[in-house]
Amino acid sequence: MKKTGVFVCHCGINIAGTVDVKKVAEELSKYPGVEHSEDYIYMCSDPGQNKIIDAVKEKQLDRVVISCCSPTLHETTFRNACKFAGINPFLCEISNIREQCSWVHSDTEKATEKAIKITKSTVERILRNEPLEPVSIPVTKRALVIGGGIAGIQSALDLANSDFEVILVERSPSIGGRMIQLSETFPTLDCSQCILTPKMVEVSKHKNIKLLTYSEVHEVSGYVGNFKVKILKKPTYVDPEKCTLCDECIKVCPIVVPNEFDLGLTGRRAIYIPFPQAIPASFTLDIQNCPGLVPIACGKCADVCEPNAINYDMQPEIIEAEVGTIITATGYDLYDKEQMAEYGYGKYPDVVDGLQFERLLSASGPTLGKILRPSDHEVPKEVVFIQCVGSRDPELHCAYCSKVCCMYTAKHAMLYKHNVPDGQAYVFYIDIRAGGKDYEEFVQRAIEEDNVLYLRGKVSKIFEENNKIKVWGVDTLSDKQIEIDADMVVLAMAIKPSKGIEELAKKLKVAVNQDGFLSEAHPKLRPLESVTSGMFFAGAAQAPKDIPEAVAQASGASAKAITILSQERLYHSPTVATINISLCSGCGMCVDVCPYDALSLEDFKAQVNEVLCEGCGTCVATCLRAAIETKNLTPLQIHEMIKASIGG
Amino acid sequence: MAEEFEPKIVAFLCKWCSSAGSDLAGVSRMKYPPNVVPITVMCSGSVSPLYIFSAFNQGADGVLISGCHPGDCHYIKGNYYARRKIALVRKLLSYMGLESKRFQMSWVSAAEGKKYTQVIEDFVEQLKTLGPQNKLRRN
Ligand code: FES
Repeated sequence: MKKTGVFVCHCGINIAGTVDVKKVAEELSKYPGVEHSEDYIYMCSDPGQNKIIDAVKEKQLDRVVISCCSPTLHETTFRNACKFAGINPFLCEISNIREQCSWVHSDTEKATEKAIKITKSTVERILRNEPLEPVSIPVTKRALVIGGGIAGIQSALDLANSDFEVILVERSPSIGGRMIQLSETFPTLDCSQCILTPKMVEVSKHKNIKLLTYSEVHEVSGYVGNFKVKILKKPTYVDPEKCTLCDECIKVCPIVVPNEFDLGLTGRRAIYIPFPQAIPASFTLDIQNCPGLVPIACGKCADVCEPNAINYDMQPEIIEAEVGTIITATGYDLYDKEQMAEYGYGKYPDVVDGLQFERLLSASGPTLGKILRPSDHEVPKEVVFIQCVGSRDPELHCAYCSKVCCMYTAKHAMLYKHNVPDGQAYVFYIDIRAGGKDYEEFVQRAIEEDNVLYLRGKVSKIFEENNKIKVWGVDTLSDKQIEIDADMVVLAMAIKPSKGIEELAKKLKVAVNQDGFLSEAHPKLRPLESVTSGMFFAGAAQAPKDIPEAVAQASGASAKAITILSQERLYHSPTVATINISLCSGCGMCVDVCPYDALSLEDFKAQVNEVLCEGCGTCVATCLRAAIETKNLTPLQIHEMIKASIGG
Repeated sequence: MAEEFEPKIVAFLCKWCSSAGSDLAGVSRMKYPPNVVPITVMCSGSVSPLYIFSAFNQGADGVLISGCHPGDCHYIKGNYYARRKIALVRKLLSYMGLESKRFQMSWVSAAEGKKYTQVIEDFVEQLKTLGPQNKLRRN
């Protein structure tokens, strides 16, 4: 005789407020196969778990059902308690009577009835569960980090310094990401480049880091501990070993295109180095803009290259690697220019975005840190900064807050005033979000010490008139219409996940939210990882965040990755498919539908590779002869669960 | 007055999207009718036609299968297989004389608590107008 214990949790009043938990426990005590049934205020608490352990010992229970919250929360907790009590953890199942019952209903009688059905159905399942042992798999002690911005750099360094091998993939020619484009950082006004370049150099010199720039993730297969990745390395046509950075090639290259690093404020040649401190320190020939790789088309750069570093025959390369975990840190882009036509963005040269203004402020920027407006290189005397451009606008643009704009706008206005003390800076804002260490003080400093004029309200129109940019807005505090004849306008554009994230997320089998940011497994308790095991996130790819947060998350993600990499073997759920050989006709339909190549035919009979099988059950539903089932969720179990769910 | 007919519904929810979406509905304290008893399966692709027949056979008034949006299945393509299979099952059921509205498939992601609530509300409404299912019910 099987002896099931049923434990019904009140979850304070979360369950007991709607469901008559006493009644559930009582009804279940009469159910066939149930030996023991009780309720308790917090089953997951220490005394609650002890109740389970005691009951198991006292009544020699051999299986357990806990009626409580969703299994995503406490399945592991309760299975561990069962293990402690001497029961195989797979003989413990959760019946969800909170999220799927008490929280969504208000009629006690009906909710109780439903909770009883759910619990009975789980009892039917557990009565047919078998004890299982986890499938053990080896771990590849190497990580892949995607994205070479500050988050990716930090993750890679933390892993490498913990003595794990890291492959760092960056799609542009240099690492450094957005942070290397910034001038100074809030709230300390540290020079962004000065604090980042040492880390970049460390990456390039680290014995445990293999850096692949100008490369993209092409294909990902496998599973936690054992991912197989293919990385496409695009040809740069320049051998970094030979390139001496002599600059001769750019002197002869006839092509000029907008320079991405300066966000189009300057031009660059088709052969270029993104910025002088680029890592790797080498030129890249941008084939999209090069007139052709044959001497008839041009060939000038190769002609002048003394060290013969230019090689037109370089081919794209696919690099295959095995890794145990993957950290995605692909960062952000600014909201599209085209979307912001109402602010003259993309139309008037003196309406710039926040990143362009960073370049104007940067000592290494196009104006060497002098603030000159792009149209005529004059010093702008009236500058209007507009916050929440595209953010917090669910009707037309992004519903979310981009989080960093309040702070960088304060910084921009402050640095502008430091540069042009007789100039006037205006900031249009909805409200100021300065939650962060020393952040509020920083904004106050901009207002009080640097006399930045903060106007609470929105800008309705921006247009050019008499060589000025007219800004029409409203100050809702004084209830006045505002009209400013500005020399320059800086838009704090919304930030969004970097281009291509959705495609990448599909390859990685991780989810993204409605805005394209990577979705974490749990917003509170598992913020650094995906539900797909072995996948971790860092930086603005997951949500808008500033540098300290990105760095913190990156270190956190590395630590999480190390929890996998530091194991010799991982254990994978044993609830995999099994074949009833005597029923199998060898038709091979299951082999065709398996997404993991876990099934094969051996002597005309299907066979399961337990390491590869993820237990999705697609094969079960495909087999015409019912020869396959997934362990502990067999068709018979489902059938009995249905019966209990309908309740006669 | 006769008591209002309360349809009995069995819902097969995939663990990764729809069950998580229904959890979210709970966490957000959204309300929907208690007619559905959910059974969490790993993937919508694991729902065998046999489960559907079994449910109707045992007296379900409606059966719902809910999975990840096309392209988002945790197991890559399970929901595509589900979609194909379900189209066939639907034909078979209507051939047997069962109203096709008794059997529904929906795509509910882990972020769509609201949508899950809506799906259940609509389905319950629909089944109330159809009345009890007697076609496939055993005895
Ligand atoms: S896991 Fe949701 S449909 Fe496959």
